[in-house]
Amino acid sequence: MNHNPFHWGRPSDSTYGPYNQQIAHASNVNPMARQQQQSDFPTMHTQRPMMTGTSVLAIKYQDGIVIAADNMGSYGSLMKLDNVERLLKVGQDTIVGISGDLSDLQAIQRILNDLEIDESYDAGDDEDALAAGLKANHVHEYLTRIMYNRRSKMDPLWNACIVAGFDDEGKSFLKYVDLLGVAFASPTLATGFGAHLAIPLLRQRVDSEADVKKLTKADAIQLIKDCMKVLFYRDARSLDKYSMAVLSESDQKVEFHKDVKVEDMKWAFAKGIKGYGMPQL
Amino acid sequence: MTSIGTGYDLSNSIFSPDGRNFQVEYASKAVENAGTSLGIRTKDGIVLATEKIITSKLLVPNKNKRIQTIDRHVGVVYSGLIPDGRHFVNRGRDEAESFRSLYKEPIGIPGLLDRLGYYVQAYTCYNSVRPFGINAIVGGIDDDGPHLYMVEPSGVYWGYYAAAAGKGRQTAKAELEKLDLTTISTRDAVKEAARIIYLAHEDNKDKEFELELTWISKEETNGLHKFVPKDLLEEAIKYAEEEGDDDGSSDSSSDEEMDD
Repeated sequence: MNHNPFHWGRPSDSTYGPYNQQIAHASNVNPMARQQQQSDFPTMHTQRPMMTGTSVLAIKYQDGIVIAADNMGSYGSLMKLDNVERLLKVGQDTIVGISGDLSDLQAIQRILNDLEIDESYDAGDDEDALAAGLKANHVHEYLTRIMYNRRSKMDPLWNACIVAGFDDEGKSFLKYVDLLGVAFASPTLATGFGAHLAIPLLRQRVDSEADVKKLTKADAIQLIKDCMKVLFYRDARSLDKYSMAVLSESDQKVEFHKDVKVEDMKWAFAKGIKGYGMPQL
Repeated sequence: MTSIGTGYDLSNSIFSPDGRNFQVEYASKAVENAGTSLGIRTKDGIVLATEKIITSKLLVPNKNKRIQTIDRHVGVVYSGLIPDGRHFVNRGRDEAESFRSLYKEPIGIPGLLDRLGYYVQAYTCYNSVRPFGINAIVGGIDDDGPHLYMVEPSGVYWGYYAAAAGKGRQTAKAELEKLDLTTISTRDAVKEAARIIYLAHEDNKDKEFELELTWISKEETNGLHKFVPKDLLEEAIKYAEEEGDDDGSSDSSSDEEMDD
């Protein structure tokens, strides 16, 4: 079948009236301006991401959450940037890890920044109350609405986000939301390539909420580090430099580690691989 | 006011024969009887303070804050009609947000005041509205350092080293002039602000009040507008009370209305 609708033919003008040209000339100019003049530029929506960031990983442990994302900004397969921060801090103690389109990441960053300012206006006299009432569950619900609203306009923000933090009761909160507005919670979460490579490794240790109680902080950090290493081995869009945030429920604190390096790699096997890239000696 | 009762004071946007807009002057009267507010520009920051008159014992202490935030780096305190002040602050927030969404950076303080000044001035030009019944003291830090402005009901906005509004402004201004405002640290200014508010309250002693204090400083608050921490607030109040006991009311006999 020929899938081009312009080749399907048209009902005759005499029967159905002339074709409404506005359908093909729909525009991204705002509707008010569009009424006055026809734009010669069609409406444009993101069809595919351009500059991208790869996986975000997160796991719950007995006293909180560990979340990590590398610092790579890829332009297709070109490793264009090595200093992109994809873990955003929102309010006092919420971390939003974002993968996917980086310009949309920046849009989300601005939206969340506005939200944070809005929530700090009347924070009261607690001198540290920078949006103190804004907890991870609120941020996640807000993001869900934004992502679903944009996908309903057929113009999604091309991202998958993991929100880590504490809810109103101070309990650990870990939830996912993506470009379709799909949202779910799980003790182990990963976006992008990590959903294929890291999730099985994470689930070996934490398969259900019950297993969360058995995982110590040190083990959780080590597990995330190992997964970041596996991703660096196997995901061609990943980098060996990443950011990691460790949240602990008991003191409601967030430790933010920047420029963490992948350690103890063994690349000896690479010598045996033939047939890819530059000719091997 | 010779023209009172001649009809020229009933509407905005009508000059009296001697070139005055009485509605604006009446708005200033609303400010003159309100609780005292002040702002100080220090060498690296801003201090805002207000004497919040407690109108009822049933109000919850330390709630119903009067000093507000326009953006992370900008604070406002005002004397006069509170709802007018709230509206002024909301407009400031809208301006700051729209600037941020356009230019992706925080609004500069002079630029913000240009916008707010024009907004307040517009309320003196139409007979369908009345002027703002507030003097708003707006302070903030931007790339050029700390700025302090006061906006009056006429829409005029000047930059100051220190500004005061409300009932005790004459006392407050006399005290502010004695400070060395080019070298004062923000921490010291907090204590002086508390002292001056307490001193200005002397003339209004029959009424209960609460002291509100906020600050913005590169060193102390990382450039963010915040209420001063509880321990510093207590220290400032202690200092204010001790100083008040020491020199009694030696300065409260200040000259009335000398600058109007």
